[in-house]
Amino acid sequence: MYNFEFEKPASIADAVAALGDEDAQALGGGQTLIPTLKQRLASPSKLVSLTGISEMQGICMDDDGRVCIGGASTHAAVAEGASAYPALAALAGGIGDPAVRARGTIGGSLANNDPAACYPAAVLASGATIFTNAREIAADDYFQGMFTTALDEGEIVTEIKFPVPEAANYQKFEQPASRFAMVGVFVAKFADGVRVAVTGASEDGVFRWAEAEAALSANFSADALADMAPAADGMIADLHGTSEYRAHLVGVMTRRAVAAAS
Amino acid sequence: MPKDHGIGASPKRREDVRFLSGTGNYTDDINANGQAYVHFLRSDVAHARIKSINTDAAAAMPGVVRIFTGADFEGVGGIPCGWCVTDRHGEPMQEPAHPVLAQGKVRYVGDQIAAVVADTAEQARDAAEAIEVDLEELPAVVDMKAALAEGATKVHDDLSSNLCYDWGFVEENKDAVEQAMQDAAHVTTLELRNNRLVANPMEPRVAIGDFNRATGDSTLYTTSQNPHVIRLLMGAFVLGIPEHKLRVVAPDVGGGFGTKIFHYAEEAFCTFAAKAINRAVKWTSSRSEAFISDAHGRDHVTKIELALDADNNFTAVRTDTHANMGAYLSTFAPSVPTWLHGTLMAGNYKTPLIYVNVKAVFTNTVPVDAYRGAGRPEATYQLERVIDKAARELGVDPIALRRQNFITEFPYATPVAVEYDTGDYHGTMDALEKMVDLSGFEARRRESEARGKLRGFGVNCYIEACGIAPSNLVGQLGARAGLYESATVRVNATGGLVVMTGSHSHGQGHETSFPQVIAEMIGIDESMVEIEHGDTDKAPMGMGTYGSRSIAVGGSAMVRATEKIIAKAKKIAAHLMEAADADIELKDGTFSVAGTDKSVAWGDVTLAAYVPHNYPLEDIEPGLEETAFYDPANFTYPSGAYACEVEVDPDTGKVSIERFAAADDFGNIINPMIVDGQVHGGIGQGIGQALLENAVYDENGQLLSASYMDYAMPRADDVPFYAVDHSSQTPCTHNPLGVKGCGEAGAIGSPPAVVNAVVDALQSGGHDVTHIDMPVSPSRVWSAMQS
Repeated sequence: MYNFEFEKPASIADAVAALGDEDAQALGGGQTLIPTLKQRLASPSKLVSLTGISEMQGICMDDDGRVCIGGASTHAAVAEGASAYPALAALAGGIGDPAVRARGTIGGSLANNDPAACYPAAVLASGATIFTNAREIAADDYFQGMFTTALDEGEIVTEIKFPVPEAANYQKFEQPASRFAMVGVFVAKFADGVRVAVTGASEDGVFRWAEAEAALSANFSADALADMAPAADGMIADLHGTSEYRAHLVGVMTRRAVAAAS
Repeated sequence: MPKDHGIGASPKRREDVRFLSGTGNYTDDINANGQAYVHFLRSDVAHARIKSINTDAAAAMPGVVRIFTGADFEGVGGIPCGWCVTDRHGEPMQEPAHPVLAQGKVRYVGDQIAAVVADTAEQARDAAEAIEVDLEELPAVVDMKAALAEGATKVHDDLSSNLCYDWGFVEENKDAVEQAMQDAAHVTTLELRNNRLVANPMEPRVAIGDFNRATGDSTLYTTSQNPHVIRLLMGAFVLGIPEHKLRVVAPDVGGGFGTKIFHYAEEAFCTFAAKAINRAVKWTSSRSEAFISDAHGRDHVTKIELALDADNNFTAVRTDTHANMGAYLSTFAPSVPTWLHGTLMAGNYKTPLIYVNVKAVFTNTVPVDAYRGAGRPEATYQLERVIDKAARELGVDPIALRRQNFITEFPYATPVAVEYDTGDYHGTMDALEKMVDLSGFEARRRESEARGKLRGFGVNCYIEACGIAPSNLVGQLGARAGLYESATVRVNATGGLVVMTGSHSHGQGHETSFPQVIAEMIGIDESMVEIEHGDTDKAPMGMGTYGSRSIAVGGSAMVRATEKIIAKAKKIAAHLMEAADADIELKDGTFSVAGTDKSVAWGDVTLAAYVPHNYPLEDIEPGLEETAFYDPANFTYPSGAYACEVEVDPDTGKVSIERFAAADDFGNIINPMIVDGQVHGGIGQGIGQALLENAVYDENGQLLSASYMDYAMPRADDVPFYAVDHSSQTPCTHNPLGVKGCGEAGAIGSPPAVVNAVVDALQSGGHDVTHIDMPVSPSRVWSAMQS
């Protein structure tokens, strides 16, 4: 990797200030950024680690019954600590391997918005709210396509607040090599309807599958989705599968998530 | 009761103590005083003419010692090819030049354009980015059949085409095979691809060149399976350094799988550059670099036809293969699709007529060479897949069809020029059937179906030719080297032994199994025997470890040297006991005179050899050290029967391997635990090839699966617990231990069983699927089910 300066501030305010430098970049758990640097595919002037900020750590429940997770919480911490939202804890416990889960953070995952990441499905399906140093952003407004989010330059994901659904489940079909989600579907049933978010499949990144949501809101059972699949158009096609295959898997994984959540 | 020492015992591997405790000594652990580091600037395009290289800015960067380009190697030999195949018309293959650094053109993504030597690895890499290279991109030749089309772009301008050779075997049988196809009651045809693989040993390649100005000696430390071969190839053909001025050391090596057999340009570069700058030069491959610079394996496209008579006897086999050579000829590349593949097409069967055609093709891809099994997996896969397809077409039991056609009398001369010395194919099939519980399969299938899954059973046999090889034979076939092995056995005064062997252990456990043989021969404890390998200054000569040859060839050399030791020791013992040489017996480490109670211990005799006070000095020399070279009379022919049971998820196409059984005949076995481990590892790699691994190029010659993000390696949860059985043993008749070699069998024997099982599963679900190319990925299975 190229040389860079390194800072590890103890407060959000100091982190924001440090990120004001030209070409400074935030560092969460580094599970994407560090390999990128080792490949010399990025050359930030400064890395600002967010893992020393205590106000970005921890998991709690707020007065509205939302599970609130600090942006610097590791996947392992969420798997362990988000028991109030079992489907979310299970998702976190299934990301990567133990080494990845010990370092990777929820804020880092959401800021990166890898199209095959698991967390975006949970955030979008839950209708969670992303809090930053500057504002709060609804999940429906946050994800704006592959590796693209509503975050401004230097803006930090400080906390995510998840409403807890009546029933929820995440099903992931792993890409054989990377074991990222080739297709991951998070289904969340709330009193006022069902939300279905799909990661891994689309060229536009995580998306809500409206037809499935409508069908499941009327009848929350796998049978309500019999033979349903989104259009293959716009799905990722690569050496691991065609767009038709991915579209088909979305249907399969959604049905399995509903069955597991029911 | 199992033996606790000697041949047939399973002592734990002594080398594992250092491997598992992080105290091994790998090449990257070695650092020469004042060493510099090299970074290779590699082509990121598949095919281009080099118009200019400007290193001025790079040379001025911090820490840069010197920058080398192809121009620095104009007076230096190219990387040699170790095997010349003669084509159907009696002409030698087309053999392109293979420069150490690219000259004029780059021919694959990864080809070395320039090399920067600097004080640190990071400085070398920084400076490499500052080199200005002006490339005129040319169309990339990727697909083998397109490469042979009229007017195709040539990978090598000075060759007449992209065809390396068009090989026919046995050419005289061609017409008879055609006639047999016409006369057949049934012909089954199958077109398939044997997928390209990246070997991915855990330890990437490393090379350190060192030069001693005081003595003029060069030393190369390298991650090699055969340091003597590297010394010969690099010294004689590339750099012009005689053996006595060049030492090659391959210390602990973290897996080879074939890809560390070959002599690579990086080795020659580091040795050359160390002398040029009078300073040691080190190169450590990154994993990313390994994907585009380690020779790949397999990559055959094949059409096979199997002819049967009305009674389902095999009457002929014809196979037509395009074999990818990549951009240059790696060390043994030409031999893999020919002599290691065509000669295996009889398999375990008494098919009377066989014709094999292989077209080897140059493409703008990484060179392709031997990978665990090397030619034999490609032969086994196509034969065992087409037999399975034939059984299905004819509605006969696939095991019965195989049994009906088994070779049962040995020795057996095949129609493809080899003679199997021993085997018992019914025996291994019987052993397999005992393990797999076929009678319970239908119940297991129903249980799977109740869970919405499809269950399939697949079986296959294999034969392989290993323990390579008789030097006079391979010389006739085009090998440019002998394939014997040597060993020096040195007995020390107090009775301990050191064996210096040309075999190289990079995971095989020689340090444990070789002493078991000597312990058995002399009757002493294994702990008295030490194995030295991997250093050209120790063993007299060595052809190294590949082709499952270590115990069969290297072990035989050690046995021959030990026999000489014992013969001499008996003379000394006879003198000490004032008896005749012929009356001396050696048992449990004690020499005795037959029919008397006189005896002397092993240690008394060895001490006498070095303190020859009471010693037959007029008859024999002091000391106890012997060397033997062993050249095998034939290949050895391990064989076996494998079975796989899979479950397919019809919703996703995902295949899971539920059961896997392997019955092998390896002849006599030295260490059953190590043999089990070799089979386990081989099956793991075979399952990797069958289900997961695939090196894929796009039409521009970019390797799409160039990292673990896209190249799927098998992991622990991809494989089941294996059932293995080695009770069927027909010892090899022509080597002193009666051993056959077990290193590659698992990788050779397992892929067809997996694919046969997947096809069986899909057929059971009513899907008319007769073949799916490897890797049988979820996407491919699902797509096949849709058509």
